[in-house]
Amino acid sequence: MKTLVRFSINGIEREEAVSGSQLLIDFLRDRLGLTGTKMGCDGGDCGACTVLVDGRPVLSCLTPAAAVAEQEITTIEGLSQNGGLHPLQEGFHLKLGSQCGFCTPGMVMAAKALLDKTPDPTVEEIKSGLANNLCRCTGYNTIVESVQWAAAKLKESGRV
Amino acid sequence: MNKPKETRKQVKIGQERLAAVLGHKQHQFIGKPMPLIDGLEKTTGRGQYSADLRFPDALVGRILRSPHAHARIVSIDVSAAEAMPGVRAVITGEESDVPFGVLPLARYEYALARDKVRYKGESVAAVAAVDAWTAEKALDAIVVEYDPLPAYFDPFEAMAEGAETLHEKRERNIEREVDTEFGDVEAGFAASDVVLEDSFHAPEVTHAQMEPHAAVARWDSFYERLDIWCSTQVPYYVHMAVASVMKLDMSQIRLVKPMVGGGFGCKTEAMSYELVCGLLARKAKATVNVVLSREEVFLAHRGRPATWTKLKMGVTRDGRIQAVSAEVVQRGGAYGSYGIVTILYAGALLNAIYHIPNVRYHGLRVLTNTPANGAMRGHGTVDMRFAFECMMDMVAKKLGMDPVNIRRVNLLETPSMTINDLMVNSYGYPECIDKVVAASKFGEKRGKLPFGKGIGIAGSHYVSGAAKPVNRSNMPQATVTLKLDTDASITVFTGAAEIGQGSSTMVMQVAAEVIGLPPSRFRVVASDSAITPKDNGSYSSRVTLYVGNAAIQAAQRMRDLLYQAAARGLNVFPNDLELVGETFRVIADPEKTLAFNEAVELALEYEGTLITKGIYSPPKIAQGGANYRGAGVGASPAFSYSAQAVEVEVDVNTGHVAVKKVTVAHDCGFALNPLAVEGQVEGSVWMGMAQGRQEETQYENGLPLAPNLLDYRFPTIMESPDIETIIVESNESGGPFGAKEAGEGSLSSFLPAMANAIEDAIGVRVLDLPLSPENVHAAIEQARKAKAQAAAQAAGKTTAQAAGKTTAQATPEPIPTPKATR
Repeated sequence: MKTLVRFSINGIEREEAVSGSQLLIDFLRDRLGLTGTKMGCDGGDCGACTVLVDGRPVLSCLTPAAAVAEQEITTIEGLSQNGGLHPLQEGFHLKLGSQCGFCTPGMVMAAKALLDKTPDPTVEEIKSGLANNLCRCTGYNTIVESVQWAAAKLKESGRV
Repeated sequence: MNKPKETRKQVKIGQERLAAVLGHKQHQFIGKPMPLIDGLEKTTGRGQYSADLRFPDALVGRILRSPHAHARIVSIDVSAAEAMPGVRAVITGEESDVPFGVLPLARYEYALARDKVRYKGESVAAVAAVDAWTAEKALDAIVVEYDPLPAYFDPFEAMAEGAETLHEKRERNIEREVDTEFGDVEAGFAASDVVLEDSFHAPEVTHAQMEPHAAVARWDSFYERLDIWCSTQVPYYVHMAVASVMKLDMSQIRLVKPMVGGGFGCKTEAMSYELVCGLLARKAKATVNVVLSREEVFLAHRGRPATWTKLKMGVTRDGRIQAVSAEVVQRGGAYGSYGIVTILYAGALLNAIYHIPNVRYHGLRVLTNTPANGAMRGHGTVDMRFAFECMMDMVAKKLGMDPVNIRRVNLLETPSMTINDLMVNSYGYPECIDKVVAASKFGEKRGKLPFGKGIGIAGSHYVSGAAKPVNRSNMPQATVTLKLDTDASITVFTGAAEIGQGSSTMVMQVAAEVIGLPPSRFRVVASDSAITPKDNGSYSSRVTLYVGNAAIQAAQRMRDLLYQAAARGLNVFPNDLELVGETFRVIADPEKTLAFNEAVELALEYEGTLITKGIYSPPKIAQGGANYRGAGVGASPAFSYSAQAVEVEVDVNTGHVAVKKVTVAHDCGFALNPLAVEGQVEGSVWMGMAQGRQEETQYENGLPLAPNLLDYRFPTIMESPDIETIIVESNESGGPFGAKEAGEGSLSSFLPAMANAIEDAIGVRVLDLPLSPENVHAAIEQARKAKAQAAAQAAGKTTAQAAGKTTAQATPEPIPTPKATR
């Protein structure tokens, strides 16, 4: 049984028929081809699938697509619009907060949620903001630096 | 002659230009931090990993796995599954009778089990269907009848007399027994003033890379060809295995490696799922996706084996090692994988960091009914290095010697050949120790921190590439080609597998540096068998040295062609030219210039597209001895070195150890890209910490107890300490611009440095990994009991007796005592 669901994805209004059991991650990846959101575990353990729903970080692998009706979803693809990079994307690139890159989309989205709420975070705040996102490459230090870099850039550009 | 002053003025050669003429220009594109050329692909989510590839008509492949740890397959009935609507192919072990295995000596695994299953989770049958739901329903409909056999999860039981063997020709389930002695070990112990022996244990750990294994295979029935995309570190090895198992010619297969979400060794050989994917695609005459679940990734495994190490070390009173004897048992799992290499590495790399005049090694690689172990970051060396570096501290303590000094007095003299024929050339280890001691304030802290706090030090090393490839041949081990065309851009083609470590960036940097052109002129195309030259892949930390050297040669040839063309255009000799920015300039007459684009036009005249090639293979002298079995393992053109200091805080009531600070110095020869080097070193140290603190796979009768990322715990950002990374550059003469490996060598020194720090903090030596609250607490309890026992016995006895042969001046401490009493 499918229901018609309306939501906005990366700023585009959509009306889609989804089944009750369809997960948001499958909907994003398989229906919309937004493969930036990654599946790293069997559900809820790694954070690689993190997207924003009305600005909140949400695990898209545990969330039915139908449950986000009438809400705004932002994926990693929605961060760099009009050809411009989000400072977090630049920061993770320049500071090597991303090595293999598989955790990066989820990590960046979690960091986005953090900076939206806490524009000038302490190291502890960065750590607790990203505590649900696993990375196996970096040792996390460069991830902290990447977020700090982005926070500084956002501040500088007056975007916060 | 007549106007010397003016002439001198006219042809004044600036420092930079002079250096250019003399050939040692300042580096332009190496030696400074460079973000990875595919970095933005990752941070924007644009990069495609194997599971991201979209084929509208792709079928979903699923694998049926064995519920038994060891059983004979009596029958498999797939008729019900085949009859289900939406099912396009069902295959079993019947589909291919060609065994695979990365080592030619150990090729006895099948894409799908034939006759027997040997671990819980082994692939037994597979289905390709129109969607995941149908595929899974079809798996449920397959009926397999098993006849269970005795199963072994413990290597000692597997080796016992009368144990059922997992495989033919593997008596007592021993995959490989290694027994080597160099020098005269007994004489070495006899000449020692202190001889200590102890047993260490390290549990099995696994890679837990973030990207689950995934492959897509597309069978073209018109041309009888297979295209396969898969998440691998070794496209060439997988290409060979797929061809062999599918009984195809390699020319019928195109293998492409998309982006890879981490490897750490788990993708250094063909795995059954890749072969299954190809077999399903052919049977279904279609495109098939196989993406493993996280639980299946734990079953695919190939991680570091559980290891039992007995280590004996003899030293003279000045701390010099006289002899070392090591006995190792590795639980290898159900198949060979890299096992023979792993057990050989553990022995071979006892050497090449300290001078050891006499060394004996006995290693047993044992087959058990658990998922197969294979290569994992620091391959074969990590658990041995833990034992060795702990033992050095134990010996030093007995001698009353400083842990730094005992390492210093045992340094190698280089360049030299070790007793087991390993060539050691550049050797930045002494500098690593000095820098770490200084930066961590080791001398001010060691033995002086309050009870419960401690600092420890340890060292490690690793190969910069296995000198002998898995498949012995005289082919170059790395080949790089460059293409320059009318668009005046240079494309670098390399088979080197970029898995996030930065290999594509490295290859581009090296080519840019040699030719003298900015990165914007370059593109890198990597790992597509139809396009890129063969490369052995990303394992044994070989890429920087091997592929970097091949890139230098290819770039030098391209540089020559460009300089010759520009020289023709400017009517001078190539030597008279320099490339500044994107302009060729006559050194002695800077007014005479030729734009790069114009030089390209000239270069292509009568020639067309320019292609150059570079190759690399390690020199013979670095390929290991030929006079003993297994000599090919451990040999490398260069070794990296690392020292690290770890600071901990121990809660004696719970055994919990917090890692507060890590200081590491890594000798990578020369940091082509310091950003990537630091990233690799920090990642290694962190992974060492994860293993040191907490990681452990566990099985209950062969069933994994923690096959997910919640129960197989590794540190989150919350538990990850600050890591201070120091790059040491020893300038390896055989490396590209002096470079050698950076991605593995710093892992293994973390574990012993942490154990040594715990000993400093609370006076208790923990011999079993991980250094988890359970193990630390058990060691504390044991030490407490031993102390009480010794106190009871002490009445009337002197401690000197307990110290045996010790003649050192300091009072030996045979029993751990809390630091508070010092």
